[in-house]
Amino acid sequence: MELFWEHREAIALAFAYTVLLFLFAGIGSMVLGTVLAAMRVGPIPVLRWAGTLYVHLVRNTPLVIVIIFFRIAAPKIDLKFNFVDVVIPTGVGDVRLNNIFTACVVGLTIYTAAFVCEALRSGVNAVPLGQAEAARAIGLPFSGVMTQVVLPQAFRATIPPLANVQIALLKNTTVAGALGVAEAFVRMRLLIKNNPAELWTLFIGFALIFVILVEVLSFISHRLERRVRVS
Amino acid sequence: MSGSVLFDAPGPRALARQRIYTVLAGVLLVASVVWVVVRLEQNGQFEYQKWEPFVSPVYIEAILVDGVLETLKMAFSAILLAVGFGVVFGIGKLSEHAWARWPCWAVVEFWRAVPVLLAMIFIWNLLGTDKDSSPYWAVVLALMLYNGAVLAEVFRAGINAVPKGQAEAAYALGMRKTQVMLTILLPQAVKIMLPALISQCVVALKDTALGYVVLAPGLTYVARLIYSNPQFGQNQIPTVFVVGTIYIILNLILTAIATWVQKRFVGEKKVLEVSMVGEDDPSARAPR
Repeated sequence: MELFWEHREAIALAFAYTVLLFLFAGIGSMVLGTVLAAMRVGPIPVLRWAGTLYVHLVRNTPLVIVIIFFRIAAPKIDLKFNFVDVVIPTGVGDVRLNNIFTACVVGLTIYTAAFVCEALRSGVNAVPLGQAEAARAIGLPFSGVMTQVVLPQAFRATIPPLANVQIALLKNTTVAGALGVAEAFVRMRLLIKNNPAELWTLFIGFALIFVILVEVLSFISHRLERRVRVS
Repeated sequence: MSGSVLFDAPGPRALARQRIYTVLAGVLLVASVVWVVVRLEQNGQFEYQKWEPFVSPVYIEAILVDGVLETLKMAFSAILLAVGFGVVFGIGKLSEHAWARWPCWAVVEFWRAVPVLLAMIFIWNLLGTDKDSSPYWAVVLALMLYNGAVLAEVFRAGINAVPKGQAEAAYALGMRKTQVMLTILLPQAVKIMLPALISQCVVALKDTALGYVVLAPGLTYVARLIYSNPQFGQNQIPTVFVVGTIYIILNLILTAIATWVQKRFVGEKKVLEVSMVGEDDPSARAPR
């Protein structure tokens, strides 16, 4: 336990990276995923095919391969993220958002977007066809059908799968650690290396922090779900 | 597209507009593909030297034997162990006894919430980082714990999805709890959850790539050997492309099997839904 207290600042810094990775990739994947979902449910066949292709390709590729692409392969064709270099000074050391961090965020975003797209699409598909037909029959215009009838129901059906996708993203941020971002996983590996006798304590400690983070996300999603629930 | 909840059947003007958008989108997509190809060409990514390992028999054999075969071996050992883990803890979560239910619930929730990589590094260190066999087992055991925890949920949901009357009828015939579970509920549940089980195989197969971190054998290991070999002149792009394609093909085959099984054994019913982490409270879920 004193090991954690001794390294509390380094550990906090590491989890700051984890949370930042999660936030950036979470927002990015929601935006990209929404665009993809719009493509997949839209009326333009070409875009529908493109969206489907994207989802099938990305969903079946391991995350490690996606991130290796952006971290190691992409620089070979001059796809670098060197323009990003933000340093956030904290009391215990700087949080550096550099090219490596950006490459990992891009990889996580690209990967998670495919799952966000599927979650959103399943939400739209969960709305019965009769709902839209009834809305049109009583004379609602397109915007009314969407904002009053279809989207509220779709959104409601979307929250649980979306929350699952974002929880998976939080856990997947550790893969970025394996490819050069100094986040929680890297910190744990380093601490284990320096204190091999404390293996169990270190693992259970870090794991419990992740469990807490996951439970927080799960709690938020439950509150949201309850707020939009009918009946 | 007819039958969409989002749009009415398009009239002539909407059709004309959609045609324009189709052409525009098509041009845009083709242009971006062309741009990517040109970019790759300009950076010399199509040189023979960079693709040499993927057409020379020695390396193809290495990719297939040390890569694909090892990856599949890890994935299937992990899934087999995970099924065992899942059955034990899934049934444990359904137990009538709180002393059995709570620990099972805790174990399942814990392993579902912990990133696989953390578990992998932990087991790797536990087995000893200097031993040759430990990376392999680190991957297999970490995947067993994670996928087993997910499968426990699948099993529980599957058993709960068996119509209630089945268990009641079995009890009415005078069967014991074990008998009801083994001869009545499990066989029917297996049918319901087969597709979910195969989808989990896809997850396990993809996650074997995490073995990269503990230097485990498999596709990512072979990939690293190939792209760090100076003889091929920095061929990261071709390597990632080939390895990615192999994973995609393997997973598409598994997905096709899952779809077939779903159609063959389950019919058009919905795929089993599994609750998310932290969703359930074992005290609220009294056994039937």
